[in-house]
Amino acid sequence: MLPFILKRLGLALLVAFTVSFISFLLLFLSGDPAAALAGETASGEDIEAIRRVYGFDRPMLVQYGEWLVSALQGDFGESYYFKLPVAGLIAERLQVTMILGVCGISFALLTAVPLGVAAAIRPNSIVDRVALFMSVAGQAMPSFWFGLILIVVFAIQLGMLPPSGAETWRHFILPTVVLGYYAMPAIMRLTRAGMLDTLNSDYIRTARAKGAGEGRVLFKHALRNAIIPVVSLAAVQMGFMLGGSIVVESVFALHGAGYLAWESIARNDLPTVQALILVFSMFYIVFTFLADVLNAWLDPRMRSA
Amino acid sequence: MTDDTLLEVRNLTLDIPTGAGTLHAVRGIDFELRRGETLSIVGESGSGKSLTSLAVMGLLGKGIRRDADVMRFEDTDLLTASRRRMRALRGDRIAMIFQEPMTSLNPAYTIGDQLIETLKLHRRVSTSAARARAVELLEKVGITAAASRLGQYPHQLSGGLRQRVMIALALMCEPDLLIADEPTTALDVTIQAQILRLLVDLTREMDMAMILITHDLGVVARVADKVAVMYAGELVETGPAAAVFERPSHPYTRGLLRCIPQPGKTDRGSQLGTIPGIVPSLVGEVTGCAFRTRCPHAVPECRAAIPVRGDAAHDFRCVHADGAISAEKETA
Amino acid sequence: MTDATDPLTREWQGPTPRDMLVAKVKGHTGLLIGVGIVGLLTFVAILAPVLAPHDPYAQSLMTRMEPPVFLGGTWEHPLGTDHLGRDYLSRLIYGARVSLLIGAVAALISGLIGTAMGVAAGYFGGKVDMVVTFLINVRLAMPVVLVALAVVAILGGSLTVVICVLGLLLWDRFAVVMRASTLQVSRRDYVAAARSIGASTPRIVLTEIMPNIFNNLIVVITLEMAHAILLEAALSFLGLGVQPPTPSWGLMVSEGKNMMLFEPWLVLIPGAVLFLLVLAINLMGDGLRDVTAPENRS
Repeated sequence: MLPFILKRLGLALLVAFTVSFISFLLLFLSGDPAAALAGETASGEDIEAIRRVYGFDRPMLVQYGEWLVSALQGDFGESYYFKLPVAGLIAERLQVTMILGVCGISFALLTAVPLGVAAAIRPNSIVDRVALFMSVAGQAMPSFWFGLILIVVFAIQLGMLPPSGAETWRHFILPTVVLGYYAMPAIMRLTRAGMLDTLNSDYIRTARAKGAGEGRVLFKHALRNAIIPVVSLAAVQMGFMLGGSIVVESVFALHGAGYLAWESIARNDLPTVQALILVFSMFYIVFTFLADVLNAWLDPRMRSA
Repeated sequence: MTDDTLLEVRNLTLDIPTGAGTLHAVRGIDFELRRGETLSIVGESGSGKSLTSLAVMGLLGKGIRRDADVMRFEDTDLLTASRRRMRALRGDRIAMIFQEPMTSLNPAYTIGDQLIETLKLHRRVSTSAARARAVELLEKVGITAAASRLGQYPHQLSGGLRQRVMIALALMCEPDLLIADEPTTALDVTIQAQILRLLVDLTREMDMAMILITHDLGVVARVADKVAVMYAGELVETGPAAAVFERPSHPYTRGLLRCIPQPGKTDRGSQLGTIPGIVPSLVGEVTGCAFRTRCPHAVPECRAAIPVRGDAAHDFRCVHADGAISAEKETA
Repeated sequence: MTDATDPLTREWQGPTPRDMLVAKVKGHTGLLIGVGIVGLLTFVAILAPVLAPHDPYAQSLMTRMEPPVFLGGTWEHPLGTDHLGRDYLSRLIYGARVSLLIGAVAALISGLIGTAMGVAAGYFGGKVDMVVTFLINVRLAMPVVLVALAVVAILGGSLTVVICVLGLLLWDRFAVVMRASTLQVSRRDYVAAARSIGASTPRIVLTEIMPNIFNNLIVVITLEMAHAILLEAALSFLGLGVQPPTPSWGLMVSEGKNMMLFEPWLVLIPGAVLFLLVLAINLMGDGLRDVTAPENRS
């Protein structure tokens, strides 16, 4: 298993470096970062001064090297807008996003896996149809719109939950549902397909021939095998979800990293945007790496390879 | 039904509803098995052999309709037995070995886990006692270094070894009846003989009854006490193995026998026989002899009900009084 | 015995593959509903100038936020008016143009990029495959909404920019699916046969491989079109996609959001239409996959 992990780690690092280079290039997409930083009213001299102070006059690769070295040390530069270190800003906001992400993926798993299993036990039953409908609807639902509807219904009409903010756990319920519902269809479909597949396999027939009860057959013998690919999908979805938190956080005014990203993009605060893209990418890379390792560990065929 | 009858099946019928109509997969078959006896059910793939065995186990898939006059295992009426009772029988009194050793073991658990689970499902034993029993059985089925195999996963074993593990799994609770569904088909020829030998020795040693399902008459000749020849969902000929091989009465049985070389009977260099044609569709009403579309002796009467004929030794179903043996001798 | 009247000798009179496809399409309710709705909305989008009762840009401060007919409004503005007094139905109809245009063109661009990469990776294998697989990994690691937002913000939110950015970002699924399909097809005997008679690589790709992976390509195009439409709506909702006064459904939801407390229909209507379109495209894509898959889902 160790060679596999090392190979996978090498790939993850290579991807991480490439992503860092691409997010660094974003700064130059606007043409002249110094001009962007100086603002529309700045004079030519001001722009030149900023160019020298920020080092934009040096070769791009040198700048990338410097940026990368400091980024590796946790220094992402200073926010154009807040005039504070970007790293501190992000660290402060990341907590909310992480809570939201963990709640979202838990919600998705806790609803999608039982639903997928139930659908697979009785294909074409009512449960199966409901599950299919929910997954088809979930894939088509614009998350910002779903969030607004939930606010209208649960916060405004029924007054059960707060419409926005992040002060108590109750503030996280609606965002969790919206974010989790985004990841649900894929997990549900994979669980259903995996269970259908394993339930038709020869070793399930062996388990029944042993005299194992239905519950034991379903959960000990079938689900144990069907859940393996779901684990990596959940990790991938978690990575996507953190990236997608920008929409949910803006709808519910949750001041997390996604909200910061939205604000920073609107304010042209490029160092913060760069750093956030890098941070969200790193989360994805780490999650998928961990998922692959966990997957290999869960599957005996890969564990001993 | 005599006292030592272990399994009795009378008029078993299995219907599978399909989009095009009902598929009459198994039609009115009878057999019985005494303690320690080996019955071999022989037939081509699709003849309903495996379905018959799954019907005995109570493991038919959803949607397959089972109907019979009698289906009795010892004192248990299998037709009316509760799911709980069937679960208690399966793996304990009736065990089964399947055709595909490569996929019949759960890839997520070790050999040991799977062996121990079987015993613990049916007996209140400690894990260490179950482990000891697992080692004992692995040794019995001829697996070396048995204790260290317990920690291995199925994918680490070869097909032959996995089938030995499957046999050990089936024997964990010392069943009275072992159903082996084509246990050697997926294996290499050299391994086939070993596994078969092992099964025969074990049934003798443990005084087990066995239903051996196979399409290979050569296998049957060596191990079976009784033979049931199945064609397209019907038993066309049944009886003691010696009698069936001595005087194969149904044209299909003779066709099958001509397909295998027999020492002393088949001339060197002569052509082995084939049975031309294909198995008929069993969707919709099926009457008369199903073999008539391929039978060289078919006559219009074959479409009507077929009488069961027989001598003292065995039974067969054919419109011809002697199963058309005389007609074959004339042309020969 | 060859008695034709014997029921056991009847031959299997199976339907032809074409009959089976037709039967599958007719029996697939989801596909029919999907095609119906997409067809209808495309028709509406094309005939927008004819169908729209008003100019979608015409503001009227006298008739601001009039409710739809079913909430007590008048037939003059069947779906009411927005905060600038613009006719909501007309904006909705023109919004279909924006959504469908962005979805179709973005899916086309990413389809070209992704298919080229995927087919090259699957056909050549080796180093090419390694590079493509790596690029797919890099692309998947980039948070799509964030990168799209940032790039659109930097370059300015015009329709062209949004289309190009989405087109350049959404090629991953094309590459993944086309790579897998090409791998599968290029192992078949007829490809080896074409190679053995000395057919050139472009010829093999065009005449032997592409026709056999086209089914999958169509499915991915529809699914990615839905993806692009949803993303455009999200970008516009966040104020960093298509810019006002262009009638984009996402933008309409965003503009209605502030009045959501009092006039929830301003948010409900454009969101519902967006949901309906994406749902229909997905149903179409799933349906196409079901009917063209070799072994049909039971």
